[in-house]
Amino acid sequence: MITPLPPGMQLEKVDDRIMTLNVGPQHPGSGHMRLIIKVDGDYIVSCDPDPGYVHRGEEKMAEYRNYIQNIPHLERPIIHDSCNILYPYCLAVEDLLGLEVPERAKYIRVIASELNRCVYTLYWLAIYGIFLGHSTMFMWPMGDREFCIDLLEAMSGARVTHAYFVPGGVRNDVPANFEERCLRQIDYFEKRLKQYEDIFYQNPVLKQRTEGTGILSRMDAIRLGTTGSVLRSAGVDFDVRKKEPYDVYDNLDFQTQVLKEGDSYARSRVPYLDMLESCRIIKDALKKMPKSGSVRTKLKPNPKGGNEEVYRRVESGRGSLGMYVVSDGKPEPYRVKISVGSFRNLICMPYLLKGEKLGNMPAVYWSLNYWPVEADR
Amino acid sequence: MSSETTTDEKSSETVETKPEVAKKETTLVVEPKFEKSLAEKVVAKFGAKATIGFIKPNRIRINAKKENILDVATFIRDELNFDHAESVTGVDYPKSKEIEVVYHLGSYTEPQLAKQVLTLAIRVPREDIPNPGHDSTRMPSLRDIFYSVEFHERECFEMLGVYFEGHPDNRRLLLPEDWADIPPFRKDFSIKGR
Repeated sequence: MITPLPPGMQLEKVDDRIMTLNVGPQHPGSGHMRLIIKVDGDYIVSCDPDPGYVHRGEEKMAEYRNYIQNIPHLERPIIHDSCNILYPYCLAVEDLLGLEVPERAKYIRVIASELNRCVYTLYWLAIYGIFLGHSTMFMWPMGDREFCIDLLEAMSGARVTHAYFVPGGVRNDVPANFEERCLRQIDYFEKRLKQYEDIFYQNPVLKQRTEGTGILSRMDAIRLGTTGSVLRSAGVDFDVRKKEPYDVYDNLDFQTQVLKEGDSYARSRVPYLDMLESCRIIKDALKKMPKSGSVRTKLKPNPKGGNEEVYRRVESGRGSLGMYVVSDGKPEPYRVKISVGSFRNLICMPYLLKGEKLGNMPAVYWSLNYWPVEADR
Repeated sequence: MSSETTTDEKSSETVETKPEVAKKETTLVVEPKFEKSLAEKVVAKFGAKATIGFIKPNRIRINAKKENILDVATFIRDELNFDHAESVTGVDYPKSKEIEVVYHLGSYTEPQLAKQVLTLAIRVPREDIPNPGHDSTRMPSLRDIFYSVEFHERECFEMLGVYFEGHPDNRRLLLPEDWADIPPFRKDFSIKGR
């Protein structure tokens, strides 16, 4: 008697018309993940994403370290957006420990996280450009990224892994002439961003490749629980910064960018429009920021939380990023769950790629604003 | 790696205020009205079978039972208009021999609910030696009610060893196919040297 194999281990039936392709995991356009794609001629019949090649168990590691020691390693899932991944953690720990954040620190946090959003989005845009064969769009964002990295380096001392946010504020104050320098660089950065419109977004080749491919309808975007640029490009007006303002976002002047087409072009355009909004937020925050004052509430060594749980979320470069921290009264958290935008958007990959041509795969894949390292945690 | 390394560092520019750490407030916290009305709708429908965990600003927690989780979830979707899951978390409680599966639900369609996150928690019994694929830690899958939980439940299945009945795709997602140890997010799976 043959015992039935456990679920997921059964052998599949072979069809001589359908061919199975492994895209990845050595990153020829798939990120650090594998896409098992079945093709019939040039058309994709089914797609099965297989992430997990860069799973590092950040959530498990967090259970063994106290609230402060968790800061540097919790930013590792997405080092290009490290301020935004630490933001919900700090907000959650502040709720647990009952900490007040000084007013100036709130503004510094907003500026740092908006700069970091630009750093991430430019990195993503560079990869998106090169995979669509647009070399200029690889060079330009990689160069312009340095403006934001320079500013973040002046603030935190590190180019990429900042570990700048701490529960109760930020690690240190900004340097003396930061306001003028930031304003000057952001002005120039904004001018550069406007040139992207002509060279990339109005490029007929790009438009032909991305317009009308991988269309996600509004209802499906909601049903699949997508977030961030994927959701907003499908016509849903949802931005955590507007809907559930944290820190000082409710004082600042900005708009949510929503497009309604839902195709790869719209999905790649929303993060770009977000960057222009980020520049607006930074300028506004620099204007409204208190000129002096404390930036950090001092913590007791080994702070302990009560017997409670907190779920806080922020808008990161890839959408809503939530941290669920459960405390059992010890210096270490009992459980930390990172709910990331990349993982939530992963579900629409098989859905969007079905029926597409194989050549459109990179255009659809990278337009999802997907970061494999973050999705695996 | 002592904790003092980070907390005690002081740069000359940093101005720090006095410690304001965790004062336990004795005053009665007023429960927010809107959140309370939402939670009361659930309790009015299910009575003692669905209890309120907590009501905080923008956050509600509802504890459901394994038997009526599908009814409670359907009610939350159809009557309260929560339409997607933000995350599905498993929390292991070895002392009480239970695993808690926590759904964080949000809403895109209802503007009033945009800032609300509803926490739906179910406790399932936990067996000591899990047998992958034939686990006795089982609960019904919410995939037919909230389509967005599909990958989250797959992650919870491999990391905590909770088998979701009715899930169409009970395979490993992040872990390797030949993972032979116990589910790694259980508390008895320990990291080397810790």
